[in-house]
Amino acid sequence: MLGIPDKAVFLAYALSVFSALLCVLYGVANWNKGDEPIQTEDVQWAKEEKEDIEETL
Amino acid sequence: MDVVTLIILLCYLFAIAYLGYRGYRQTKTATDYLVAGRNINPLIMALSYGATFISTSAIVGFGGVAANLGMGLLWLTFLNIFVGIYIAFVFLGNPTRRMGHHLDAHTFPELLGKRFQSRTLQILGGLIIFCFMPLYAMAVIIGGAEFIGPIFHIPFNAALFLFAFIVAAYVIAGGMKGVMFTDALQATIMLIGMIILFTVTYTTLGGFTTAHQTLTDMAPRVPAPLKAIGHRGWTMIPAFGWAKAGTSGPEAIQFNLWWTMVSTIILGVGIGVLAQPQLIVRFMTVNSRQALNRAVVAGGIFILFMTGVAFVVGPLSNVYFAKREVIRCRIADEQALLDPGPDGKAKLTLVSSDAPPEIQSRSKRFVAYRMPDDAPDQALRYVLWTPEMKITRGAEGQLDEIRPGLIAIARTATLGTPLSGNSDAIIPHYVASAFPKWFGVVFLLTLLAAAMSTLSSQFHAMGTAIGRDVFETLTGERHSSRSILITRLGIVLGLAAAIVLGKTVRFNIIALATAIFFGLCGAAFLPAFLGALFWKRMNRPGALASLLVGFSVSALWSIFINSKTATGLGICKALFSKDTLLPPSFSPTWAVVDPLIVALPLSFLTAVAVSLLTRPMPESHVKWCFGGSKPQ
Repeated sequence: MLGIPDKAVFLAYALSVFSALLCVLYGVANWNKGDEPIQTEDVQWAKEEKEDIEETL
Repeated sequence: MDVVTLIILLCYLFAIAYLGYRGYRQTKTATDYLVAGRNINPLIMALSYGATFISTSAIVGFGGVAANLGMGLLWLTFLNIFVGIYIAFVFLGNPTRRMGHHLDAHTFPELLGKRFQSRTLQILGGLIIFCFMPLYAMAVIIGGAEFIGPIFHIPFNAALFLFAFIVAAYVIAGGMKGVMFTDALQATIMLIGMIILFTVTYTTLGGFTTAHQTLTDMAPRVPAPLKAIGHRGWTMIPAFGWAKAGTSGPEAIQFNLWWTMVSTIILGVGIGVLAQPQLIVRFMTVNSRQALNRAVVAGGIFILFMTGVAFVVGPLSNVYFAKREVIRCRIADEQALLDPGPDGKAKLTLVSSDAPPEIQSRSKRFVAYRMPDDAPDQALRYVLWTPEMKITRGAEGQLDEIRPGLIAIARTATLGTPLSGNSDAIIPHYVASAFPKWFGVVFLLTLLAAAMSTLSSQFHAMGTAIGRDVFETLTGERHSSRSILITRLGIVLGLAAAIVLGKTVRFNIIALATAIFFGLCGAAFLPAFLGALFWKRMNRPGALASLLVGFSVSALWSIFINSKTATGLGICKALFSKDTLLPPSFSPTWAVVDPLIVALPLSFLTAVAVSLLTRPMPESHVKWCFGGSKPQ
């Protein structure tokens, strides 16, 4: 198939493309799902992370 | 380096620096979005993750391995997308983010340490990352240096320092702050570079079917040493099997390539990616499951165009080199002799005309030449002579033509490399030879971008591993000047170690070093990480024991059993005067089985058994870890 005689190699080629397609389909199907309000702990975490990096640099 | 190249390169570096500065001033880092409570554009998040995931190691190192071993490496692309993107984003991303924020963990070892109430776990995790991540950083830096060398005609060591310097300057100037637009710009450049590489390769070689068929028909040209270990052609999976115990000679090694390709390269990296500390931390910078869902789209496509293209173009470069390459140059010597040493495995050295007869007789004939834009005082280039080579001498003032007709790995053999070639140099050679010079510059930017984004996160992980996870946990000092100093020193030491390693162990090392690091992380961290997120019954002894078993088995297997790593490290030889400790009553195939295959199942079993045999963690603590309120 497509000049590749070994089915296992062809399968890897095809699965690489199909798994990328799976990612696209999953992402599109769930595009608007999973929105969560940002909580205080998220903001607190981000502030501390930013401070840490700034201190290091 | 010509003036145009230099200008393009400087423009790119200034653009990156400017974007980094602007982005930072305008609060556009990942954490700023969270602080401000706003959504990051999912495309930018995915590209940023992808840029961190994919480095010069994947493109140059693994691309070169694919050129040598064949398209079977596409199984790694499948795992990169399915496991590294789909599973990681859909199943691991959100629980990691939630638990990280809830427990206020900022590094991967800290997440484990807090989940399992174990400072020892955090310290051990930090030490493993700090000690072994330089191996991966080395692979990334060599990937860039191998490219800069042939493109700009500078020696490897100079290229290594130059590349490390540019990347370190970027990282320190702002890379580590994780300005999302800079990361996304870098990912876009990587995407453009790889799309051009993919399109031009297939177009030049006559389209999908013709290109693949030509490569298939080249199977008889597989070098004898590779055939002996199971190579059946570049469009075939290597021969699979298990050598009988007690066999020796050709029978003992006939399945080695399958086990190396599948257990080390494909599974080591394909599974190990789930336990990569620098990638896990990325999930914590996201603000919702929705952002992860959306990021899966761009992530899948991005990885397909990175490793997918590298693992297809690499093998196809054999067709280009064997059938189409024409070197237009000035031949300096058609009969140059290079000596591969008494065992044929040493670095090639030039043989003078008065060398002893035994050296002359074991030496190989090369053709020495200069490219038209090479300086007169520049070192000569060499290409291996074979009976298939065609040489056409140009008329006075005209260029000569060499059609080497070599396969990719043989084309990389030159003064200073082993006669068997250097797989790390295949992709750089291919780009330098098959593409116009402007693409060389675009590809250099691609590689710089790939290296910068990955190294930024590696340096961050190394610095925090020694500063936050080890020093702060041991001393209890938070944000002290000593802790900051240790973190900075950690980054500098990590970079220095990567450069020293790169100078020492060059040639065919990028993919191996990356696979060793990924495999080690997988064996040591994966059971504890998955248990932390999904198994409430997993406890401190279980996590600690699994880390210790995974790490120890992996290390001992590498040092004493796996023939490649044991021979390379030399510890087994020094202690026991033999290359590996594999008993003769065992199948010799065990010596090529990757440590991960043995260590990961043992690590998982240990995690389950020890957790079930010991007391569960306090219920209030487990509740807190999974979203409840903090126990008093």
